[in-house]
Amino acid sequence: MTMQPASTDIAARAATVVAERRNLEGPLLPILHELQAEFGHVPQEALPVIAEALNLSKAEVHGVVTFYHDFRREPAGRHVIKLCRAEACQSMGGDAVAARLQELLGIGFHETAKDGSVTLDPVYCLGLCACAPAALVDGEPVGRLDEEALQAIAAEVRA
Amino acid sequence: MTLTIYIPKDSGALALGAEKVAAAIGEELSRRRVKARIVRTGSRGLYWLEPMVEVMTEKGRIAYGPVKPSDVRSLFDAGFLRGDQHRLWLGKPEKIPFLARQTRLTFARCGIIDPLSIDDYATHGGLAGLRRAVSMPPSYIVDKVTESGLRGRGGAGFPTGIKWKTVMDAVDDRKYIVCNADEGDSATFADRMIMEGDPFVLIEGMAIAGIAVGATKGYVYIRSEYPHAVATMNAAIGIARNAGVLGVSVLGSPNAFDIEVRVGAGAYVCGEETSLLNSLEGKRGVVRAKPPLPAIKGLFGKPTVVNNVISLASVPVILDKGANFYKEFGMGRSRGTIPIQIAGNVKHGGLFEAAFGMTLGEIVEGVGGGTATGRPVKAVQVGGPLGAYFPPALFDTPFDYEAFAAKDGLIGHAGITVFDDTADMLKQARFAMEFCAIESCGKCTPCRIGSTRGVETIDRIGAGIEREKNLALVADLCNTMKFGSLCALGGFTPYPVMSAINHFPEDFAPKPVAMEAAE
Repeated sequence: MTMQPASTDIAARAATVVAERRNLEGPLLPILHELQAEFGHVPQEALPVIAEALNLSKAEVHGVVTFYHDFRREPAGRHVIKLCRAEACQSMGGDAVAARLQELLGIGFHETAKDGSVTLDPVYCLGLCACAPAALVDGEPVGRLDEEALQAIAAEVRA
Repeated sequence: MTLTIYIPKDSGALALGAEKVAAAIGEELSRRRVKARIVRTGSRGLYWLEPMVEVMTEKGRIAYGPVKPSDVRSLFDAGFLRGDQHRLWLGKPEKIPFLARQTRLTFARCGIIDPLSIDDYATHGGLAGLRRAVSMPPSYIVDKVTESGLRGRGGAGFPTGIKWKTVMDAVDDRKYIVCNADEGDSATFADRMIMEGDPFVLIEGMAIAGIAVGATKGYVYIRSEYPHAVATMNAAIGIARNAGVLGVSVLGSPNAFDIEVRVGAGAYVCGEETSLLNSLEGKRGVVRAKPPLPAIKGLFGKPTVVNNVISLASVPVILDKGANFYKEFGMGRSRGTIPIQIAGNVKHGGLFEAAFGMTLGEIVEGVGGGTATGRPVKAVQVGGPLGAYFPPALFDTPFDYEAFAAKDGLIGHAGITVFDDTADMLKQARFAMEFCAIESCGKCTPCRIGSTRGVETIDRIGAGIEREKNLALVADLCNTMKFGSLCALGGFTPYPVMSAINHFPEDFAPKPVAMEAAE
């Protein structure tokens, strides 16, 4: 179990991340991606640091964080499943797959299991449309999801 | 001759177990003490045969697929290293009808070469276009692209050469090339395949664009849902820099050009060019009103070429083989080839690059082989979530920008999703509205509010509440969205909705009362 970093640590780390990227053109998204990669979400404590360094208002930074589906306000589970909900996957029984996966994991979309093992997110297209239904499990693509594959995923994230 | 085995590393192949197959082949090689070179390629795009493994033999490359890890031992036993027969033997890949029927210009190397070997790239015709470009006056490059008839492959179909000319003629201290790799439409994966399977062709296309319009900096904006494409593009850009393809002196010429990858953050609307530019600038991905066009005031207010991956990746072959060569393919005002992506409930799904002009029916039934489930085709959605649903009655429509527009549809990024007869078109129409509501950037009212009201109204139709009245309301709402929205998200959502209503009225009709089962 990782310990939650203290807010002063977050602010200090955020300052470094910002300093390393502030010379990029349009640095805000790369900064937010890096913070999320490090902390598993974009910590609230980082926002004033970013705002100050980029000469933005806190509201503007908040506005950007909340605009994009990817940026989390709270830490995700240890595993993240992104299940495709778009048309090509729908045409191959994607709705049933979605229902079954939620049942197997005991959570709904946009939810994290109570034990912190897994987060389930909907996505709209992974470019795996000729091997639907598809998902990304911790960033790795999985296609032609069937009962066996779903059981394997559920077992893996619970292990 | 060194023994060479080709195993794809394309996301689609990985999704079907290519990594485990590669590991099994590696183990079997060491168990048998056989030395071989394993090359990880992109995909040829025959996804029902993935993972498709190829072996270099005296007769050329021989393919086997779909290979499961459990097949590996029997493949070795059967002598697959010599190209011998096996249950999974497919012969020469280029003779497989799905590939033999294609005209591969943009995808000429995809699935064949090592995506990260610039020598492989150059050996297979790469960099020839850029070599020509550095020896030409910029306006000559722009003329070539204009003459080729190339139109934006991202969906809008705007002539690429005219866009380039606008940026070339604009006077400013900085200009940009932005590659739109935010391929968010369901059923599309051509951009992903190029970035994973032949990234140098995109780099070459962007460098040519930069030289043509006088831009020295390019950005590739890739969606975060494509982690493997991001990794491959980043690696390829580094290799291209070391090889002098990018940098202060492109191929030794006085032209400087460099590229940086930027990763999106899960917003579909950022595939819209002005929203993408805002996102690159670090802002909310909200759509900008046009004019000003991005060609005049684009990224950071500077003249900017925003082109789709496939548009840019088609430029090198045009420069290399000539505008006329490219223009010879196609029909009407749709010139050249288009990588059609056949997806969803289809037997032979994958990437099919062909000259414009094939009919939808030929593509779905002839090439795709009908549905994967074996049931009749009910509908195909062409052009992603903003594209119309076509019934088999319209399968004679030729694949051409204007022909699709005439049937109230669009070819978009040329993705086709096949649905069998179990599809419920009311549900699909509702999803189109729901998707628009989820992904709306919120700037304009028809899209932001119209989509939510659309979901509610379609739900009422589904529940049988004032059906006629609500159908009329949806039609009226679609009209408002079509003409009142700032961009294609709100503006094109009516395509799937209205086509579902118009072509499949039975799915919107009152549900028949269930008959009591006979004793």
